[in-house]
Amino acid sequence: MLRVCAAVAGAVVLLIVGFLVVESLPALRDVGLGRFFGDPSWHPAAGVRGGRFNLVPMIVGTLLTTAGALAVAAPLGVASALFCRFYAPKFAAGAYRRIVELLAGIPSVVYGFWGLVVLVPLIARLQPPGTSLLAGIAVLSLMILPTTALVADAAIAAVPTEYLRAAAALGLSRRGTIFGVVLPAARAGILTGVLLATARALGETMAVLMVCGNVPQIPHSLFDPVRTLTANIALEMGYAMHTHRAALFVSGLVLMVLVAGLVAAAALLSRRAADA
Amino acid sequence: MNAECGQIVTAAPVNGPAIEVQNLALAYGRRTVLDGVSLAIERGAITALIGPSGCGKTSFLCALNRLTDMIPGCRVSGSIAFGSLDVRSPAADTIGLRRRMGMIFQKPNPFPLSIRRNIDLPLKEHGVRPRRHRDEIAARALRDVGLWDEVRDRLDAPAQSLSGGQQQRLCIARALALQPEVLLFDEPCGSLDPLATGVVEDLIASFRGRLTVVIVTHDLAQARRMADHAAMFWMPDGVGRLIEHGPARQIFESPQEAVTRAYIAGRRPPV
Repeated sequence: MLRVCAAVAGAVVLLIVGFLVVESLPALRDVGLGRFFGDPSWHPAAGVRGGRFNLVPMIVGTLLTTAGALAVAAPLGVASALFCRFYAPKFAAGAYRRIVELLAGIPSVVYGFWGLVVLVPLIARLQPPGTSLLAGIAVLSLMILPTTALVADAAIAAVPTEYLRAAAALGLSRRGTIFGVVLPAARAGILTGVLLATARALGETMAVLMVCGNVPQIPHSLFDPVRTLTANIALEMGYAMHTHRAALFVSGLVLMVLVAGLVAAAALLSRRAADA
Repeated sequence: MNAECGQIVTAAPVNGPAIEVQNLALAYGRRTVLDGVSLAIERGAITALIGPSGCGKTSFLCALNRLTDMIPGCRVSGSIAFGSLDVRSPAADTIGLRRRMGMIFQKPNPFPLSIRRNIDLPLKEHGVRPRRHRDEIAARALRDVGLWDEVRDRLDAPAQSLSGGQQQRLCIARALALQPEVLLFDEPCGSLDPLATGVVEDLIASFRGRLTVVIVTHDLAQARRMADHAAMFWMPDGVGRLIEHGPARQIFESPQEAVTRAYIAGRRPPV
C-alpha cells in the first residue's frame, strides 16, 4: 500500500516534468535554447521569426527576489525562534508562536494585496514607481518568515536537554549556550527550514506579481520593477498561442531546473555537513 | 566572579568543609523529594552519596550548583555555603559558581562539536585568552584524564565519534579545564562498561586531595573502594532524607542505622 502511494507520488512528479518538457519542445526545437538566453528582449507573441525570447531578466528577477527575501527572513526566523525558546516568558512565547502560525496561514493574494495597497505607495514616496524589486522582497520575506521561524523553532526544541544541562553546568552564559551549542546542534534543521522557504519563494506567483511591476528587465536598483519566471507565466498564459505558449512552458521548465538545482545543492551541502 | 585561570583561588579558610549544607529541602511542584538534609562536605575528600533510586541524591547534587534553577517548578529551601559564597542567594553568581563546581552526568554529554571545541568553548566563554593559552589548558586537561594520547591526532574529530568511556573522560576534562574546586559526579559510570568504569573510577580517585569530589553512585563496591566519606539517603515516608553519614569505613563496616546495615548488605531494608 505504502509502496503504491510512493510510486504514485513519484510518477506524478515525473509526469509533470515530462509534460513540461513535451509542451516546451516546440519552442525549444523552433527557437532553440540559445535564443532564450541570447535574444535582446522578451516579445514572444510575434512567432518564431519575429519574436524575441530572452528569459534572462525573469531568471534574474526570480533569483534576486528569492535571495533578498532569504537574506531578510532567514536571520529573522532564527532570531524569532531563539526569542521564543530562550528569552520570552512562557506565556508570551506561546502567544507569539500562535501569531507566527497564523502568519503562515494567510493566503498569498492577501499579502500581495496588502503590499500593493500599503507597501507600494510607501516605496513610491521614496522613489517611484513603487512596484519594485524591493516591494517583492519585502512581501516575500514576510511570507516565508513563518516557515523559517517555525522550522527553526522546532529544530531548536529538538536540541537534547543534555546539551543544555551540560552547558549550564559548565557555567556558559545564555548567549554562549545559544551560539556555542544550540545553533550548531540545530543547524541541520534550520537549514531544512531555509530550504523549504527558498522553494516557496522561488515558486511564489501571486504576491510578487502584484507588487513587482512585472517589467521584463534586469533591475539596476532595488526600486526598479522586475518580472519573475512565475509572474511571466501567470501574466501571459491567458492569451499565449503556439510558440508563445511553448515559450511560457520553457519558463516553467527553467523554474523547475532552478528548484532541482537548489535541492541538489542542499543535498550536497548536508552530505558535506554530515561528513565534517 | 572573576576567578583567575592560572591558580585556584579560594577566599574561605583552607580547613573546614568545602560545602556546608544546612536543613536543605527540595520540592518539585507540590511533591517534596528531599527534606531536612544537613551535611558538611569535607575539602579534598571523596564523598559518596548512596541509597536507592528516587530518594533525592541527584536533586541534592543539582541543588549544590543551582542546576535546579533549570527545572520549572523546583523549589529549594535551607542554606548552602560554598566557602564564603551563599549558593542559595538570588544574587549569587551562578556562572562563577558553576565554574568553581563542575558537574559530570550519568550519560556522557559532550557537545556535538569537535573534541577540541568541547573544551575550548567553555574556556573561551569564561574569558580565557589567547587561544594558544586555551590550547595548552585543553592539552593539560586531556592529559589529566588520560585521553591525550588517544585523541592528540584527531582533536578536530567530532566528540561523538569517541567511545562512551572516552566521551565521559572528555566531559571530565572539559570540567577540569575550568580549574574547579569541586567536582560533582552523578553516577558517572552508570552507562559505561566495566573496563571504562575502572578507568573513570581510577581517575576520580586520583583527584583525592586536589579536588573536593561528591559522587552519587548505586555501585556500593565502587563507593567502598573510592569514598572517604559516605552519606546514606533513604525515603522513610516517601520523602528523601539523609539518615546517616560519616567516614566511609564506619558506614560500610559498622553502620548505626538498621536501614543502612540492610542496604549495605544488599538486603531489602525493613520498612
